[in-house]
Amino acid sequence: MLALLAAALWAAVALSLRCGSQDIPLGKLLAALRQRDPNDPALRILLYVRVPRTLAGGLAGCALALAGALIQAVLNNAMASPNVIGVNAGAGFTALLAASLAPGAAGLVPLASFLGAMCTALFIYALAAKTGLSRTTLILAGIAVSSMMTAGSNALTLLYPDTAVGAAAFMLGGFNGVTLASVRSAGWYLAAGAALAAFLAADLDVLRLGEESAAGLGLHVGRTRFLAVLAAALLAGAAVSFSGLLGFVGLLVPHMARRLVGGDNRWLLPSAALLGGGFVLLCDVASRLLFAPYELPVGIVMSLLGGPFFLHLLLHRKKGRVYD
Amino acid sequence: MIEFCHVTAGYNGVSAVRDISLRIPRGEITALIGPNGCGKTTLLRAAGRQLPLYGGEILLDGRPISAYERKEFARTTSFMPQVRSVPAITVRGLVSHGRFPHLGLSRQLRGGDRAAVERAMADTGVSAWADRDLRELSGGERQRVYLAMALAQETEVIFLDEPTTYLDLGRQFEVLELIRTLNARGKTIVMVLHDLAQALGYSHRTALMEKGRLVQCASPQALYESGEIDRVFGVRACRTEGTWYFIPRSGG
Repeated sequence: MLALLAAALWAAVALSLRCGSQDIPLGKLLAALRQRDPNDPALRILLYVRVPRTLAGGLAGCALALAGALIQAVLNNAMASPNVIGVNAGAGFTALLAASLAPGAAGLVPLASFLGAMCTALFIYALAAKTGLSRTTLILAGIAVSSMMTAGSNALTLLYPDTAVGAAAFMLGGFNGVTLASVRSAGWYLAAGAALAAFLAADLDVLRLGEESAAGLGLHVGRTRFLAVLAAALLAGAAVSFSGLLGFVGLLVPHMARRLVGGDNRWLLPSAALLGGGFVLLCDVASRLLFAPYELPVGIVMSLLGGPFFLHLLLHRKKGRVYD
Repeated sequence: MIEFCHVTAGYNGVSAVRDISLRIPRGEITALIGPNGCGKTTLLRAAGRQLPLYGGEILLDGRPISAYERKEFARTTSFMPQVRSVPAITVRGLVSHGRFPHLGLSRQLRGGDRAAVERAMADTGVSAWADRDLRELSGGERQRVYLAMALAQETEVIFLDEPTTYLDLGRQFEVLELIRTLNARGKTIVMVLHDLAQALGYSHRTALMEKGRLVQCASPQALYESGEIDRVFGVRACRTEGTWYFIPRSGG
């Protein structure tokens, strides 16, 4: 199954490199790469537009889906995701803040974004742990936090309209005009988050048995949860720093992955990552082609898909099943 | 052997059990009984390191339980809580989690671990369902699977919090018989039971608690003769042909 998903991801990568306002058939694409003629327009499009955009889309999709699966595991809440509980909005706010206050320091944006994601995630987690909030209440708390953060971001975009990040596109989420440099500076955070997630997968499976059973098996429950939140914040923060506020990937994709491979985190996490990358790339291709020659930011396409799915989860949940 | 020395424990800074001293010998079944709210579950959770102690000490083989490293403690004792989540997982998958404290950093099961899992499933009679989803099983069947997981943990001591609650009467006795079998193979069992007749019928020693304190810990027969059960529960206990009966104390 993992091999199948990996193949699907590569297919999406190829499609994303090929399609756009200027179609480059795969044969021509490979030829351009072989010849490396600096005046070849196909090569220029490829290197400066398609490759950064594909890399950004794939990585953001992997990271957000993985972060979503982690957050759902930690909160044991099928409706949670970095977007829903406000982690993305928190990351977005601090990323904009850094870009507005220190416009020159591009390396600062991923760090600020990670810190924003971490603070929001810990705040929501502390709320859940201390007060034993019900699952729905937690989502509502997330929406409250999310709207505060979005208000902050909106204020910043009005006060500092000329930030490097490109505020309007940032709020919608998209990969139009993304540069390799912004992806590269988030790379370490992505790598650290993914490594941590891989290390935690088996422990999160033990946590699925419930807190008491997990503690009885010798799992350090508090530490495992904290590290999982940390990994999710690293991943979501990094993704937000170069792709903006992409909605619903982190909610939708883990559920799709769970349908395919079940709830075992050792399979679920890698599947969600692969599926997330492919899903975002396909959405991005769709956003380029649907209204050609105009392009929609991919965030809009995703919210159009994700909103109904979220409603489906809410309604289905009343019948008492969806997730363990 | 487990030794409670002046143990005080509870929740959120409020102690639910106070100054409890008790010795639980190796290789026996000890049942904790008492009216609702007497602190029997609190005491069990304290012994299973599910709760911090506010005072006193609990010794396991002469060492304070707080001195054990987390996984080392989980290789010595297993804990089966009363309320458990029922994830989408196969029976074998769940029982395999019992090996968690024995695994290395890679968290991979080795040959010895797999053998222990199969043995635990055979000993609890769940091998036939090994590949079925836990959620398809009945309450009694799930209970056996959770006992299999505790067994796969290969611990000296098993703590059980109300293992028969929520089960039909017939299934309750099946679970108790299974617990007795595990004990016969050398496991020390400490369990909280709600049902007095089951507690007296299936334990070597019964610890009676009331309002956060230990009243007495003795063999079921000695506890019965002391008259404390009658006083604490407001009933009259009698024993006929090895079975316990409880009659309301009529007329007050």
